[in-house]
Amino acid sequence: MSFNVPTQLEAELDELISHYPERRSASLMLLHAMQEHFGWISKDAIEWIARKLDLKPINIFELVTFYPMFRQEPAGKYQIKVCRTLSCALGGSKGLFKHFCDKLGLDAHKHGLQTTKDGRFSIEFVECLASCGTAPVMMVNEDFYEGVSNQKADQIVEGCE
Amino acid sequence: MPQEHRLILKHGDQPGYTPDLDCYVRHGGYEALKKVMALAPRDLGEGKTQSPKEFIRDDVKLSGLRGRGGAGFSAGLKWSFVDRKSGKPIYLICNADESEPGTFKDRQIIHKDPHQLIEGMIISCWANDVKLAYIYIRGEMPQGAKLLNQALAEARAKNLLGKNILGTGYDLEIYVHRGAGAYICGEETGLIESLEGKRAYPRIKPPYFPAVLGLYMCPTIVNNVETLCHVKHIVVMGGAEYAKLGTPNNTGTRIVSLSGDVKRPGYYEIEVGKATLGELINDPAFGGGLKDGRKLKAIIPGGSSSKVLKAGEVFKLNRKGADGQMAKVDVPLLDLPYDFDSLQQAGTMSGSSAIIVIDDSRDIVECLANLAEFYAHESCGQCTPCREGSLWMSKALHRMTHGEGRKEDADYLLHIAQNIQGRTICAFGEACAWPVLSFVKKFKEDFESKGAADEERRVKGKDLATRSQH
Ligand SMILES: Cc1cc2nc3c(=O)[nH]c(=O)nc-3n(C[C@H](O)[C@H](O)[C@H](O)COP(=O)(O)O)c2cc1C
Ligand code: SF4
Ligand code: FES
Repeated sequence: MSFNVPTQLEAELDELISHYPERRSASLMLLHAMQEHFGWISKDAIEWIARKLDLKPINIFELVTFYPMFRQEPAGKYQIKVCRTLSCALGGSKGLFKHFCDKLGLDAHKHGLQTTKDGRFSIEFVECLASCGTAPVMMVNEDFYEGVSNQKADQIVEGCE
Repeated sequence: MPQEHRLILKHGDQPGYTPDLDCYVRHGGYEALKKVMALAPRDLGEGKTQSPKEFIRDDVKLSGLRGRGGAGFSAGLKWSFVDRKSGKPIYLICNADESEPGTFKDRQIIHKDPHQLIEGMIISCWANDVKLAYIYIRGEMPQGAKLLNQALAEARAKNLLGKNILGTGYDLEIYVHRGAGAYICGEETGLIESLEGKRAYPRIKPPYFPAVLGLYMCPTIVNNVETLCHVKHIVVMGGAEYAKLGTPNNTGTRIVSLSGDVKRPGYYEIEVGKATLGELINDPAFGGGLKDGRKLKAIIPGGSSSKVLKAGEVFKLNRKGADGQMAKVDVPLLDLPYDFDSLQQAGTMSGSSAIIVIDDSRDIVECLANLAEFYAHESCGQCTPCREGSLWMSKALHRMTHGEGRKEDADYLLHIAQNIQGRTICAFGEACAWPVLSFVKKFKEDFESKGAADEERRVKGKDLATRSQH
């Protein structure tokens, strides 16, 4: 078995499970923790979580396919998420998305997650990020950026060493 | 002059105000909790007494507080529906999913003043005998989740959470649970399923009213972030005093999220009903008006799911006249007081109190196409009318915004939307149908002329093609 969950991570997962009267409730939190650690959710990870929570793999797999934030393949080191929804669209998010794609050599018309060949950046449109008053907004991994002009976008990309 | 009345956002934006417990306590934090926990039973006369918990629940009812998440349902009434006789544990869930497009108010509370929410939650849990509560925060707010976890840890360290809180014998734990990018987790029964570790498929009501059959089939209270914060202020002020804020049946303050085509988008806390839509959009204290040279085209008044209002519309509202009699009065769009009841009477809703302003430089078909794509993406897929209908509407609108429209598309869209509303498990059905119904009905000429222009272009193109063959 090549799939190995480090002891410290497993301790964190056990702590999360203890927050709930029923183990199954912890499945989303475990998926988040696994994705943060491994970068994506593999079949092995699904089976591991299912065993941990006394569930069948399908009970975890159906979450991975339902919740948009979980990925079944690795993404770039820096994951750019640009808000697509109305207020950001009015604020120029389409142009911002295209600007990123042009800069990174990706296709602004393609749907879904795209990753640069060197694996450094991926980009996708996401729905309203709850900051519509500072449109257009975006995230890079856990960091949040507001009122992003093309110039600011360039700085953000350059900031990703 | 209309102005902000900051109750919930009183401190959050002050220079030097930080989200930690010490700062919160320096600003009077957790005094309300101490106050309620020290309350003695009240003597109601004739040998009857009222427990402090019952008193607080009554006071929340008296305050008139209505839910700030979307439906505007009385918080006190919701609490009174909780099944307290079942012998099962009672759970409380704070809905911090904030995913209704246009809405960005809970974000401010969570990031700037998380202890205010936690204090509101502890009081609400105590008053309802809740021993275990969750904050369901949307997955795209990782920093918010961290801040809340830090704040909860600080509260635990000060014995404001955990066992035997402040020596009162009351035990409570609150944990943060993260969503993972699905809008439907904001719907309270979908949220509960998600918290149980399942797909967020909303449950059918009846029988699954959370107050009776909620989390783990136990009685459960689901309240929005802002609603729970208000509970703290009701305790501080007293329900009757709180009810003097705002307008009758629309009490208290409310944070309005203003976005789109205004000069000063942002969040503004007002006394409910004490500012009009026009003031919120045009007053220098709020939106500061439209961008130069632009005119108003439409207002989405309560989050993307609310029915759109068209510039120039006039509504018939029930108003009390000088003689004290109720009468129908004409109220122009921009004079609508921003409150629950006025917007409902105008045929829409204040929903999550998110106003999106659209000016005359915008293509209204594009705006609706954007929203339709959102709903098509977010339908959970349980009910056929919603799953298929939201997709058909989005596809038709995609065609219309890519030069492939038809004149009948407007009626086609209305037909689909009419067949979704009222035929689904949860209110998402209405949420996706209402924008289409209202946009297409109110801007029908825009939709039809776009479709007709596309058709004409196609016919001409065909003519040219056949001619060039000869
Ligand atoms: C499709 C849909 C999405 C919703 N999204 C949210 C949300 O993001 N946040 C929220 O507080 N309530 C949301 N609600 C409303 C909740 O179902 C519920 O009414 C609310 O959390 C109750 O809290 P309140 O009474 O304090 O407003 C949504 C409802 C529907 C139908
Ligand atoms: S109305 Fe739509 S979102 Fe709600 S349960 Fe049905 S399919 Fe799911
Ligand atoms: S529309 Fe982009 S943050 Fe809300």
